[in-house]
Amino acid sequence: MDCRSMPLANPGRVNPFDLSVKELKEMAKRLRRHVVTMIATAGSGHPGGSLSAADIIAALYFKTLCYRPEDPKWPERDRFILSKGHAAPVLYAALAEAGYFPVSELATLRKLDSRLQGHTDSQLTPGVEMSAGSLGMGLSFAIGVALAGKLDAKSYRTYVLLSDGECQEGQTWEAALFAAHFRVDNLTAIVDFNGMQLSGWTRDIMNLEPFAPKWQAFGWHTIEIDGHDFDQILSAFQEAQRVKGKPTVIVCHTIKGKGVSFMENNVAFHGKAPTWEQAKKALEELE
Amino acid sequence: MVEASTREAYGRVLMELGKQNKDIVVLDADLSPSTMTCFFAQEFPDRFFDCGLAEQNMIGIAAGLAASGKVVFASSFAVFASCRCFDQLRICIAQQRLNVKIVATHGGITVGEDGISHQGIEDLALYCALPGFTVIVPADAIEAAEAVKTVASTYGPCYIRLSRPKTPLVYQEGYQFTLGKAVVMRQGRDATIMANGIMVAEALRGADALAREGIDCRVINVHTMKPLDKEAIVQAARDTGAVVVAEEHLAHGGLGSRVAQVIAKERPVPMEFVNLGDRYARSGKAEELLQRYGLTAHEIQNAVRLVVDRKKRFTSFVP
Repeated sequence: MDCRSMPLANPGRVNPFDLSVKELKEMAKRLRRHVVTMIATAGSGHPGGSLSAADIIAALYFKTLCYRPEDPKWPERDRFILSKGHAAPVLYAALAEAGYFPVSELATLRKLDSRLQGHTDSQLTPGVEMSAGSLGMGLSFAIGVALAGKLDAKSYRTYVLLSDGECQEGQTWEAALFAAHFRVDNLTAIVDFNGMQLSGWTRDIMNLEPFAPKWQAFGWHTIEIDGHDFDQILSAFQEAQRVKGKPTVIVCHTIKGKGVSFMENNVAFHGKAPTWEQAKKALEELE
Repeated sequence: MVEASTREAYGRVLMELGKQNKDIVVLDADLSPSTMTCFFAQEFPDRFFDCGLAEQNMIGIAAGLAASGKVVFASSFAVFASCRCFDQLRICIAQQRLNVKIVATHGGITVGEDGISHQGIEDLALYCALPGFTVIVPADAIEAAEAVKTVASTYGPCYIRLSRPKTPLVYQEGYQFTLGKAVVMRQGRDATIMANGIMVAEALRGADALAREGIDCRVINVHTMKPLDKEAIVQAARDTGAVVVAEEHLAHGGLGSRVAQVIAKERPVPMEFVNLGDRYARSGKAEELLQRYGLTAHEIQNAVRLVVDRKKRFTSFVP
């Protein structure tokens, strides 16, 4: 039974794919292969942050979120907001696999007249909820979406994926204050804490630690997990849904470039496309 | 002239709109008693969110609400509602063409004693720079109320700039506001004064004085800066052959720049500009500042005499 056959506002809403953990692992691998191919084809892009988020994205789109790919604006859908807009490729890969548009379209990434822009654009891409690319804005936007859900007594849930680097933006913390103050408990923030940003390790450039305690101090229910372990990711999503009276943040410890040996923890692949040679090697590793 | 408060007119009409449209949500950044969103807040506490001193977050939340079908009004002072959150306006609202109405009060130098940190004099240039935004500067409280009603039922991003002090009424109850359609306040043949906001009343006073010396001025209230009523502007340039633009804003990027762009292309005529130039003002009473920085009927008259004289000397410009 999928979500489209459910009566509205049913708390038992389910994902249209509802994959097992074993299948999710395969799906995440497939998303990573798309990411490598797309960025190599485009000749530019940000592989590192897409690869670190692939497991989180797979868990959301193929196990957690309730949505209808053929009706991207379905009012009852769960919302996923990508605040770290440079991870657009992994979101596009998931949307294509979910059926929002053909997988073949992924090859048009960043090309003139493509619907798949360098950073997310809600006006062009079916399934993209928010235009992003300038960091630190997604949490505020997600709060607005979540508040609208409360005002309209909708049962949808809003998820937003942040990078650790963008938590250096002050707006993120303005939003963190707001969500706790107004008890926005239909909101789950996920931080893809891969420890790196464009020019190096976050701890060297602008240390965020102690990170989870910061969210706790701001009044959030805080969960800390391994962002590449599906059991932990899924159980954190479930825990967040049960928390009432406060928003939840899931700090996911991840590895930038995860899945491709020479991209892992390698800042050079924050915003650089692999050569075809490198892409070939990466795809072999992701077989 | 009778005076009334544009921001109070906003606050009252917003509350009325809240009764008619349950989708209206209002945000403020700790300035509700000053922006007058307090009336809405008292009536509809569930649809009002005070974001505290966090304008960037306020704009992001406004975008999220609008993307979910809400008609969002977000208010602050002009200076904070533009400069403090410009990238959020750009990415979250303009680039996504969302239905958010930013209604800012305390625009211009008539904020007065609070000084230059609080004088929003770059706001119109910034908002006009954003593709898709409608930008409105009402001439008085009656027009402010009508403009707010109109934009509430017109989809798209919008900025409305209001004042702190009470300002002279140039309209009477029953006035019909049309978005994007400039209003000829007074007909004339020798020159045209185009103005918006508080400068419309000054333009009318200036035109009265000039009439006594035999100069017949047209006065146009260009309340909508974007989209601009090109037709009215070109018509005025053609009919009168000389144009003065008066505004409570810096010289660059405001109404003067925008009108000049149209006139340069469609119908070049001598022009003069009455504005704050390229400088910041200082603390003082609103009235004193307007005098000191030349935003007066007197300055408008001087500017009109200049363009009329230039028109005579450069006969090629005569229509």
